Amino acid sequence: MELRLTVNGARVSGDVEPRTLLVHHLRAALGLTGTKVGCDTSSCGACTVLLDGRSVKSCTVLAVQADGCEVTTIEGLADGDELHPLQAAFHDHHALQCGYCTPGMIMAAVSLLRERRPLDDAAVRRGLEGNLCRCTGYRGIVEAVLAVAASEDARPGAAGAAVAR
Amino acid sequence: MIPAPFAYERAASVEDAVALLARHGDDAKVLAGGHSLIPLLRLRFARPSVLVDIGRVPGLDGVRDDGELSIGAMTRYCDVEASPLVAERAPLLAAAAAEVGDAQVRHRGTIGGSICHGDPASDVAAALLALGATVVVRGPAGERRIALEEVFVGFLETAIAPDEILVEVRVPVTSAPWAFEKFNRRAQDWAIVGCAVLAGSEPRVALVNMATTPRRAPLVEEALARGASAREAADLASEGTEPPSDANASAQFRRHLARVLVRRALERASR
Repeated sequence: MELRLTVNGARVSGDVEPRTLLVHHLRAALGLTGTKVGCDTSSCGACTVLLDGRSVKSCTVLAVQADGCEVTTIEGLADGDELHPLQAAFHDHHALQCGYCTPGMIMAAVSLLRERRPLDDAAVRRGLEGNLCRCTGYRGIVEAVLAVAASEDARPGAAGAAVAR
Repeated sequence: MIPAPFAYERAASVEDAVALLARHGDDAKVLAGGHSLIPLLRLRFARPSVLVDIGRVPGLDGVRDDGELSIGAMTRYCDVEASPLVAERAPLLAAAAAEVGDAQVRHRGTIGGSICHGDPASDVAAALLALGATVVVRGPAGERRIALEEVFVGFLETAIAPDEILVEVRVPVTSAPWAFEKFNRRAQDWAIVGCAVLAGSEPRVALVNMATTPRRAPLVEEALARGASAREAADLASEGTEPPSDANASAQFRRHLARVLVRRALERASR
């Protein structure tokens, strides 16, 4: 059936079989291979993207369910050559080893940063419990997310700062 | 894995969905958030020939207070968890919703989908049993209300007919003390055993994963009503249960967990 999506700000349309999973549509039809297929059982979070701004596991969403919606993948985060603050923080805090979980981890963290304040170590760990890092490099990941939360909260008039108080 | 092929119908209204189900009969499945159904489709444990997607039906989501809490069937776990009305009038339900899966799952999964799936390990079902919830379903013969405990009839089996749609969950408003306990070994996992307690003058206790359905613990409730201590009442938590034995836990361990978790929940609710 006919499917219309806004992916990383661009309108795209195409024909999909109803059984097509969103992750396969993104990767195979749209060539956005930043989103990974990991466990294929809704557990690992490697396939996490934003659907209308909220993190979802795109291996557990039919592409047709996303019809008319806005999808953001890891490819949509950077502003030109300038990395998204979370991408920069993952780099600064060595928050990746093999890198396979990283796109999903970052997309889950984008959603978490929008939704939750205040964030401490435990809240970040709980917020990212749907994302597994088989290199077990969680320490750096948590530090990277906390660093972005702290810099957002320090911004004058930041929404996060208001909620934190 | 990719699901086997199916036809996809997007319902425009509840009436439309009911008509689609009537037309396609047993071969159709209702698709809400998809977080129970899509994993089954992918493993090909379920092979419906038609999916009726109710995700765009207007008026099926959101929380209202009309004397009871009225929660639309398509209300997602994260919205139940974040609802100020639920937090104020049925906080046990908010706590249980926050325990489901992980953030991504809670962004998609729905309260109605959880009930219709009928999984014995459902956190939300246990909370709703303790709260004395009823559900409203609509079918070709009109609307009917079913007490939640009559909805669960067997493993992944409910009293909701194949041509009926769950439209609303109704939860009595309460200020009684409550507690929710869940035991699992890994983040995001289903409960190995869990329990929901609503204390107060008519205490209600419900168990997660201690039978083929979510269920209440009537012996514990009766003991509490007689004035038994938390410990005495909790010792009865595994009586009459039929917990599964699987890779996570033996039935014997689950019985032990039920007694411990119910005691903890009763003590926490009475503080």
